[in-house]
Amino acid sequence: FKSGADQEEVEVKMEKTEAEAAFPPTFSVSEIKNKQRRHLMFMKLKQEKRKQKIQLKKKKKKEREALGDKAPPKEVPKTIENQRVYDETTVDPEDEEVRFDEGTDEFSAYFNGLTNPKVLITTSDRPRGRTVKFCEQLATVIPNAHVYYRRGLALKRIIPQCIARNFTYLMVINEDRKVPNGLVLCHLPDGPTAHFKVSSVRLRKEMKRRGKDPTEHFPEVILNNFSTRLGHSIGRLFAALFPQDPQFVGRQVATFHNQRDFIFFRFHRYIFKNEKKVGIQELGPRFTLKLRSLQKGTFDSKFGEYEWVLKRHEMDACRRKFQL
Amino acid sequence: MCFSLCCVQVIWDIIGNTQFCSFKVKTKSQSFCRNEFNVTGLCNRSSCPLANSQYATVREDKGQCFLYMKVIERAAFPAKTWEKVKLSKNYEQALEQIDQNLLYWPRFIRHKCKQRFTKITQYLIRMRKLVLKRRRKLVPLSRKVERREKRKEEKALIAAQLDNAIEKELLERLKQGTYGDIYNFPVHAFDRALEQQEDEEEEEEEEEEEEEDVGQREYVEEELDESDLSDFEDMNKLRTSSDEEEEEEEEDEEDEEEEMEAETEAESKGRGSKGKSPANRSTPTRKKKRAFVEIEYEQETEPASKTRTT
Repeated sequence: FKSGADQEEVEVKMEKTEAEAAFPPTFSVSEIKNKQRRHLMFMKLKQEKRKQKIQLKKKKKKEREALGDKAPPKEVPKTIENQRVYDETTVDPEDEEVRFDEGTDEFSAYFNGLTNPKVLITTSDRPRGRTVKFCEQLATVIPNAHVYYRRGLALKRIIPQCIARNFTYLMVINEDRKVPNGLVLCHLPDGPTAHFKVSSVRLRKEMKRRGKDPTEHFPEVILNNFSTRLGHSIGRLFAALFPQDPQFVGRQVATFHNQRDFIFFRFHRYIFKNEKKVGIQELGPRFTLKLRSLQKGTFDSKFGEYEWVLKRHEMDACRRKFQL
Repeated sequence: MCFSLCCVQVIWDIIGNTQFCSFKVKTKSQSFCRNEFNVTGLCNRSSCPLANSQYATVREDKGQCFLYMKVIERAAFPAKTWEKVKLSKNYEQALEQIDQNLLYWPRFIRHKCKQRFTKITQYLIRMRKLVLKRRRKLVPLSRKVERREKRKEEKALIAAQLDNAIEKELLERLKQGTYGDIYNFPVHAFDRALEQQEDEEEEEEEEEEEEEDVGQREYVEEELDESDLSDFEDMNKLRTSSDEEEEEEEEDEEDEEEEMEAETEAESKGRGSKGKSPANRSTPTRKKKRAFVEIEYEQETEPASKTRTT
């Protein structure tokens, strides 16, 4: 075996020397001290590799055409979504435990049709222009939403007053450097509180090719890719913002799309051109959310019981692991 | 070093104007004194603790105010120069204490001490109030992390293909019938599936009922053909989409379980099927099958106002 291996090595070296113009064997481009020469050799190496790759591709294509129908199916490219680490909390659609939980959690009142959503939108202290506009636009998107100016009041004092006036949601938009950057969404009668990081806020006037302002009709809601238990609870949190019976006449749809733990919010008006094609036109603000923490009761940052907190070192370490 | 009057004057001549004083901070309009025992904080002949043999200040430590006094008698003992007196927490009593301790002292120092004491108590009160109010917590952002997250977000946005996803979802909902009667479109896939099922069932039923229905079938067929042909002639003038819409309206009506008049149903079904598979058969059997099919369809489509996809 050894002699055979040696022979192979020698052969390889011979080939190499022929290919690399009589350079000494076991030669690598990084050993050339002269930068220009090294660069040139590296470029040559790269070109060679590219050529080989193209040749390989051509060959494969020919084979595939030759085989015709019998060709092996095309290989699926690896994407992050494909390679995602399986999360053990992924919800099975028929899971009974999940169904029972969801039947008895804080949103059950809403989903059984007992309560109607009423949202209070406010900001942190002294909001600047962009945040104010954002709040107003959110209020048009979410039906039955009221914007109130926060006069330096403590959230803990606001919450009992809200509950007394039958609000179901409290939304606080945090601002930093004149730009909204955080969102606290608190479901009111002792519901969970979610804290999000807000990024890429686009107001209505910055949208390209946007439609007219949204009407007062209740929009439909689309929730995409909320697959784990945590994702499910967040999904329900969003769903309960909107009234249960959307008015299809209005043809408006609000989308919360989760991709790699980023939740993208879009608001569109749709029209069915025929049964295979639908046209959508974006109105309304768009923003992305990233969940930072989910807390069990109403807003209480000091003594609250946190159901989930983003721990960067643990959770962001693996590129293929996602929480929602 | 002894603090006689002339000595003190010498000190001031040195540090006050001509030479260097390490506690002095000079600005364009004024000079300040950074000495911690200075009552006023300005650099003056009367406020300089180094250039005055008899001096007093009020300082606070962790919320407690103290009166510090310096007299000539202790000038020889640098470690013991400052006499520290704890002032009472009560504002008026503390003022009286200051007065008592600084009895017969120059008016300037007494006045300035009391002023300083007042200022200190005011800021202590404000501090205590602020602690009770809501504090704004400043959380530092890590630039690296922010950059990384931004890039991840961009990539996620590209991977999400939002428009496609939304359109797909809406079409799904349309197919499942969540929109009910509002939209009247041909649902091609369902048509084909239905027809396949119908064909299968037709075959089965034909095997069973051939003897009975032979004559009737043919009769009905001819009628259909005529009506279909006539309809088709008309329809050819119109556009195809409207054709489809008409067909679908009727088919949708079927699908939505309204009780329909059999003839129109038959015609529409016939027309539709004519367009696709010309070899279709009897209406009565089809009616029965249609009823059967309707039931199936009912079970399939229980419209939900919202669907949550995973």
